[in-house]
Amino acid sequence: MKLIPDLIKKITDNEIWRSVFRHGYTDTPRNRALQIISNVWLHLHPAKVREHGTKIRFTWCMGGITFFIFLFETITGILLMFYYVPDVNRAYADIVDLMYVVPFGRFLRNSHRWGAHAMVITVSIHMFRVFLTGSYKPPRQFNWVVGVVLLVLTFLLSFTGYLLPWDQLGYWAITVGTNMARATPFLGHEGPFSYILGMRPDNDIRFALLGGTLIEAPALLRAYVWHCIGIPLVASALMMVHFWRVRKDGGISGPL
Amino acid sequence: MEVRQEKKGLVEFKDDKVFTWPTLVAKEFLAAIFVTVGLLFYSYFVDAPLRELSNPGQAENPAKAPWYFLGLQEVLVYFDPWYAGVALPSIIILGLILIPYLDNNPKGNGYYTFSERKFAVTTFVFGYILWYILIYIGTALRGPFWAFFWPWEQWTHDFPTPPPLHDLPLPLGIVLLGGFYFAGLALPALVKREFFQKLGVIRYSITMGLLLTMVGTVIKMVFRLAFNVKYIIATPWINI
Ligand code: HEM
Repeated sequence: MKLIPDLIKKITDNEIWRSVFRHGYTDTPRNRALQIISNVWLHLHPAKVREHGTKIRFTWCMGGITFFIFLFETITGILLMFYYVPDVNRAYADIVDLMYVVPFGRFLRNSHRWGAHAMVITVSIHMFRVFLTGSYKPPRQFNWVVGVVLLVLTFLLSFTGYLLPWDQLGYWAITVGTNMARATPFLGHEGPFSYILGMRPDNDIRFALLGGTLIEAPALLRAYVWHCIGIPLVASALMMVHFWRVRKDGGISGPL
Repeated sequence: MEVRQEKKGLVEFKDDKVFTWPTLVAKEFLAAIFVTVGLLFYSYFVDAPLRELSNPGQAENPAKAPWYFLGLQEVLVYFDPWYAGVALPSIIILGLILIPYLDNNPKGNGYYTFSERKFAVTTFVFGYILWYILIYIGTALRGPFWAFFWPWEQWTHDFPTPPPLHDLPLPLGIVLLGGFYFAGLALPALVKREFFQKLGVIRYSITMGLLLTMVGTVIKMVFRLAFNVKYIIATPWINI
């Protein structure tokens, strides 16, 4: 009956194993700490945290879940990029193929779509809980500001993705949305005081967003590049700042 | 661990620390699993929407922005696009960013409480709920031509007869709007002196300015619905 312990010893007691795993798994305080600090991903956390910060009834886990959904969207999004080309002659057909031809394509597209909606919801609940626990109060004021920018970026991520299927739903939703830019005071050609800056349909802020006066190929390409590269990069950078600040500001807020 | 508490000297935290592994990490893994299973389960049964190929010549009716912007699209019924689509969202974002710097009440930092910060919580919750109510109206209760339908009503494609809207005379409008902000700033400062003094004049003015803008937006909607007022202030350059 010494088979299993022997086997475990064989597997773990050698140079290769120990080069990867730096510590044993016996339940000791030291190993619990090492589990966190010797792991590049987990050491986002400190080795010990105040107990109330681990309570789901305190954080509702909503920040963490928002982050997780962001990762989920990254993975499903990359897979979608294998099948989708942001070309007005192809985009819609690519989505139809995903729905009817590509193995698991429908499942993939559905999960990316519903994940996006879920993220918008969880980020707004996260903000709500941070407000209710007063966690934006000193010293965490700036992290709240970073959070608000992340909130806006989450909306923009979802919004830019909406156009990509190039169907009636997305096309007209983006039409409604970007038409607002026309009315920007000073900067949109239909906005108040825009004559001061000489705004026309072909030089105002909406033109800059769409790369044209209508939603055409350049608009699709812009939505795609912002959606897949621009905004995710900025959002990732800000999330790093956000998490780093949570720790620098003394960990999850709590009664002193 | 003391954070900007120099003035008060070192603050001792209660030593209620636990190991992150496994206390926290286990919960995070569980949450990740639940979310994944939930999303995949939902995605297996419910298909993401896909309509016909986009056609610039044939507008959707109603054409709706994504649901999280439908609150703003609903405000568009009552305000010009420069306000509903640009100024209002900018003010909301700016207001959110300013919250930590406006709210100087030291209580309620890091725990749930209503009684210690009634004003802050009430204002925020009001705005939060308002945002979602407007989204609900825009999503569920607006049909073709953005006409209003109750949930139990069938959508029709009749163009709704526009109500006979009229503008307020300019002097009246200016007096009303100016008076609203003036009274809104002055009265609470006089009645609630303590509130005013705690905030100081700058914080107080910005806080009340933002609050009045939020409330004013709702009041304008009521004006439209009750009295068919199109604009409070109508000028050739800008309408409110
Ligand atoms: C992509 C969006 C976001 C992600 C991924 C994110 C993630 C997180 C995570 C993981 C935490 C740790 C505590 C928790 O889970 O509740 C946190 C804390 C925090 N978040 Fe966010 N967040 C986001 C957006 C926001 C927004 C919109 C706000 C506010 C407007 C915000 C403000 C804060 C603050 C102030 C803390 C510290 C809370 C405390 O110490 O109790 N975050 N965030």
